[in-house]
Amino acid sequence: MAIVSMQKLSVCANKKHRKAILEALQAMGAMEVFTDQIDEEGLLKMDTASRRAQFERTADAFDQALKKLKEYAPENKKGIAALTGKDVIDQKTFRQVVSEKRDYKRWAREINQAEKEISECKGTILKDENQIVSLTPWLSLDVPMSESGTKMTAVLIGTLPGVVTEEELFSYAAKDLDDPAVTVKVLSSSSEQTCVAAVCLKRDSGKVEENLRSKGFARPAQMVKRLPREVVEDLKKDIEVQNGEIERLKQMIASYADKREGFRISADYYRTREEKYKLLGTIPQSENVFFLEGWVTADSADQIIRLLTDRFGAYVEKEETREDDEEPTVLRNNRFSRSVEGVLESYGLPTKGHVDPTFIMSFFYVFFFGMMLSDGGYGLIMAIACGIILLKYKRIEEGLKKMLTLFFWCGVSTAFWGFMYGGFFGDLIDTVAKTFFGYTGEATLLPPLWFAPLTDPMKLLVWCMLFGMIHLFTGLGIKGYELLKRGDIVGFISDILAWYLFVLGLILLLLPSSLFESISGMQFNFPEWLATAAKAMTIIGALIILVMSGRSQKNPAIRIALGAYDLYGITSWLSDALSYSRLLALGLATGVIASVINLMAGMVAKGNGFIGVIIFILIELLGHTLNIGINALGAYVHTNRLQYVEFFGKFYDAGGRAFKPFKTANQYIEVKEEK
Amino acid sequence: MNMGMVFAILGAALAAGLAGIGSAWGVGVAGQAAAGVVSEDPDQFAKVLLLQLLPGTQGIYGLLVTFITLSRIGILGGTPVDSVAKGLAYFCACLPIAIVGLISAFHQGKTSVASIGLVAKKPDQFGKAMLFPAMVETYAILALLVSILAVTNIH
Repeated sequence: MAIVSMQKLSVCANKKHRKAILEALQAMGAMEVFTDQIDEEGLLKMDTASRRAQFERTADAFDQALKKLKEYAPENKKGIAALTGKDVIDQKTFRQVVSEKRDYKRWAREINQAEKEISECKGTILKDENQIVSLTPWLSLDVPMSESGTKMTAVLIGTLPGVVTEEELFSYAAKDLDDPAVTVKVLSSSSEQTCVAAVCLKRDSGKVEENLRSKGFARPAQMVKRLPREVVEDLKKDIEVQNGEIERLKQMIASYADKREGFRISADYYRTREEKYKLLGTIPQSENVFFLEGWVTADSADQIIRLLTDRFGAYVEKEETREDDEEPTVLRNNRFSRSVEGVLESYGLPTKGHVDPTFIMSFFYVFFFGMMLSDGGYGLIMAIACGIILLKYKRIEEGLKKMLTLFFWCGVSTAFWGFMYGGFFGDLIDTVAKTFFGYTGEATLLPPLWFAPLTDPMKLLVWCMLFGMIHLFTGLGIKGYELLKRGDIVGFISDILAWYLFVLGLILLLLPSSLFESISGMQFNFPEWLATAAKAMTIIGALIILVMSGRSQKNPAIRIALGAYDLYGITSWLSDALSYSRLLALGLATGVIASVINLMAGMVAKGNGFIGVIIFILIELLGHTLNIGINALGAYVHTNRLQYVEFFGKFYDAGGRAFKPFKTANQYIEVKEEK
Repeated sequence: MNMGMVFAILGAALAAGLAGIGSAWGVGVAGQAAAGVVSEDPDQFAKVLLLQLLPGTQGIYGLLVTFITLSRIGILGGTPVDSVAKGLAYFCACLPIAIVGLISAFHQGKTSVASIGLVAKKPDQFGKAMLFPAMVETYAILALLVSILAVTNIH
């Protein structure tokens, strides 16, 4: 319900306890340590950069090894990681692994080395395959490609562009030869190139080669000294060998699967050490002592002080909070309201001395969400689904847990409003009764507890505005409370009370008017005194605003002008109030779309017997899944909007800083507290 | 069937049609931006998907008005329209959500694109990023309200 009050501590301790103290603080995770305000004159800092980098590399190596293990030896872990939470490790296992950290480091190195070899093998395979591709056109050659000829003959091996037939080739080669002793052979031919071999007498070889060159003849780029066929066979064998090697290395990596837990522990151990050294590097120290400061929650301060003084003989002092201190914000709420803390955080945390609106907001949030989604069936689905997940998984990550709790309550509220409006998967009950059981009555089988919005949207609109005004007035009230707490009575009267009077007066004037009656069909007959009181409230409120709003200005003309401008702010009240019409619009949207789905399913199913039932169920499942998704999204977005824009707009200043305690940097594990 | 009926159905068709066009456009551009972000950072999928869906609601609002209209003019229930004036009345009642739905979904789509860019750079600012497109939607909701109130009060 509130912002937790914080205590600043300053610690001075013997240097030899430095690491032990940091470790104790890190394990507790209850103190936000900072050192940038300490007067550093004559003090030194330790350079930890290289150690940190080393720890980071080691943690990365473990991460890498884990990733490869996951690839080659998948775990059959049940459930989604976000729901099951981190692995719980007991102290004994943790200490055991840490004492064997050298071995684990070696194993991780071996895995990473093997992975490197795997990629080298893959590279070799790729190279081999490329070579096979380039040799394939030469396969029918039965001499080595580098063959130059015998004593009397010359062999010309090479390519010509395009498709060339043997006859053409012969005519190219034998051109201008008196005695054409030339044999030619086309080895392979494609649209890009033709691989050819020509044999001729040595004396003619110059002429033949020149002839061929004029047609684009070129020697092959790579000369193989052996038969292409043999080379290709060797390459294929090599690929097999490499594949076998890859398989062996994969098996080797997979054989480390039982070390997985140790890798996780080690990765987190090094990450946590890195975090510690990061802080260590900023701590100012003299020859014998070191200093640090930190924020803790006020109620845990004594415990921490006792720990530091008793166990480490440190000197700890509670410090007064200084004016320029940026105190971190910690929220503490009851179990229900805690669930909307995430919503507040994503807008911005409150600062010290202001009200934490979580408690009040939580009720409005759940109420409005329910009004917007407003369907009994959808609400039950949401509440049951979130409830089951929350019951089944006890160690869900904190933020997600809050979210699920919030949607559980929103589901309950949605179901409540659904039954108020008479919606259960739209009009599913009526549709089923009419389609399959021959129900022909006019009356709905699930009568609304309150009224069906579509029968009288105007009435619901007025109610929405009413809920909206309550929401807005609550926001204004919180601001008034803050002003009063600060003792600013003038501010309270001129900025808060005046607006209450003015807006309430205007509403009371509007209600009995014929304008309102013709719009809403509701008639109010106020007694004489109330009508007079309404007029008086409006006038007094307006006057106070006119005179007091610009009270920071000395010049009376400017002051009145500012007041008049602020009076114009009533239009923002109007637009804020109208904004709550989304409660009606989104509420209608869910119900009507659901009815459309039912209608379609009913039309298809009617008179189609058993197949009809199956199609009916399919359409219903698909349609309602879609509808619940899109409308829950709409309800979520617009509930947030009503809180952020309309409600917070009246009083809330974000700008708080989240509390970031110095703690372990665990990604995989959670070490169980010792009992 | 008389001209009144034609106008009423035309109005109903425009409500679903125009608002649907707007939403298709809005969700389309936002989806392109979202796909771009996911290609760089797959963890942002859920967030950008929510932002992509925001301009999709106008199409639903249009469908809503269409359905209410059809269920009142004798197509899906109610009584057939018996005069041209009444048919034109339905037509006009459908116009706000048709026109505002079209244009607001167009602009909401652009705002969603910008918000998706915001989330890509600062994932922790999702709450605020969601708010910008939601501001545009207000006017679609107001138009929806006017259309619903008008359609349900034609006697």
